[in-house]
Amino acid sequence: MNFLRLFSRPQSAPAARERLQVLLAHERAATGDSDLVTKLRDEILRVISKHMQIDDEKVSVKMERGAQVSTLAVDIEIPFDASKKKKAA
Amino acid sequence: MGKVIVVTSGKGGVGKTTSSAALGAALAQNGDRVVVVDFDVGLRNLDLVMGAERRVVYDLVNVIQGEAKLTQALIRDKRVETLYLLPASQTRDKDNLTPEGVEKVVGALKKAFDWVICDSPAGIERGATLAMRHADVAVVVTNPEVSSVRDSDRIIGLLDSKTLKAENGERMDKHLLLTRYDPARAERGDMLKVDDVLEILSIPLLGIIPESMDVLRASNVGAPVTLADERSAPAIAYFDAARRLKGENLPVTVPGEKRGFFGKIFGRKAA
Repeated sequence: MNFLRLFSRPQSAPAARERLQVLLAHERAATGDSDLVTKLRDEILRVISKHMQIDDEKVSVKMERGAQVSTLAVDIEIPFDASKKKKAA
Repeated sequence: MGKVIVVTSGKGGVGKTTSSAALGAALAQNGDRVVVVDFDVGLRNLDLVMGAERRVVYDLVNVIQGEAKLTQALIRDKRVETLYLLPASQTRDKDNLTPEGVEKVVGALKKAFDWVICDSPAGIERGATLAMRHADVAVVVTNPEVSSVRDSDRIIGLLDSKTLKAENGERMDKHLLLTRYDPARAERGDMLKVDDVLEILSIPLLGIIPESMDVLRASNVGAPVTLADERSAPAIAYFDAARRLKGENLPVTVPGEKRGFFGKIFGRKAA
């Protein structure tokens, strides 16, 4: 029984190794609070909020840290009257 | 002048105190004069692991505050006469650990001993940074497990930036001590292998301490594992690590693995 389980269950150490390599590559680069992706996210949102009222509920920011490249996806819902709201506010 | 070693890890419970006691005892068993200093103010345990808990009168904070002389606070081991312990305070706040005070104490110990082993508390706060501050050599204790490896990486970063050596533009001598290693689980692919951890952390290997009942048994009776059972697998691994600390070029073997079959690992040289 135990023997069979050994074969059916995939090894977990390679996953640990890969996750660590990706994570540490980012953490090492981010020393001194200079994580580029985080900075980009903050600045992009700041620029957009200059021109329109952003509803926090309608903004989705997704980050994916990969080994070679990271992706930053900012998804913002822009209502028709976005610019008017801004002026009114 | 003696050498100052910091035993550190970031993460708690990986074996800093066990390793401090075992490496200290191993060096002293070979005749070197050794003092092991507990920096974990408020949560001292080195005294307990070394079996001196009932003999603590004064501690590191008393010495720093000028309430006791260094010689009064040092506790001599009953089994190895060249082995001493400087306990941490259990009741005082860790803010009593001042950079100036630590500098004075470590400076005085360096003059009297061949090795000053600083047992760091977990974390990256004051106690940990002060424990590493004056080190010549760092022993980074790591378990083959993701959170421990990540924290070790963080500590290596601090060793390269927050120590006196780093601030003077010198290179900190860092060594990896892999503890609680289970060769059978690693071979099965369910534990990070020695080479995985070495590749990720990229510091030279000081030794591999196998997961073993003997470590718990030794702490139960209050003896460093090198004294509790000299012939046990972890004791042998600690003795070898101590020899490497003294500069011997001893190949590192993975405990429990057969010769020949894992020829590649057997042939690895310690740095």
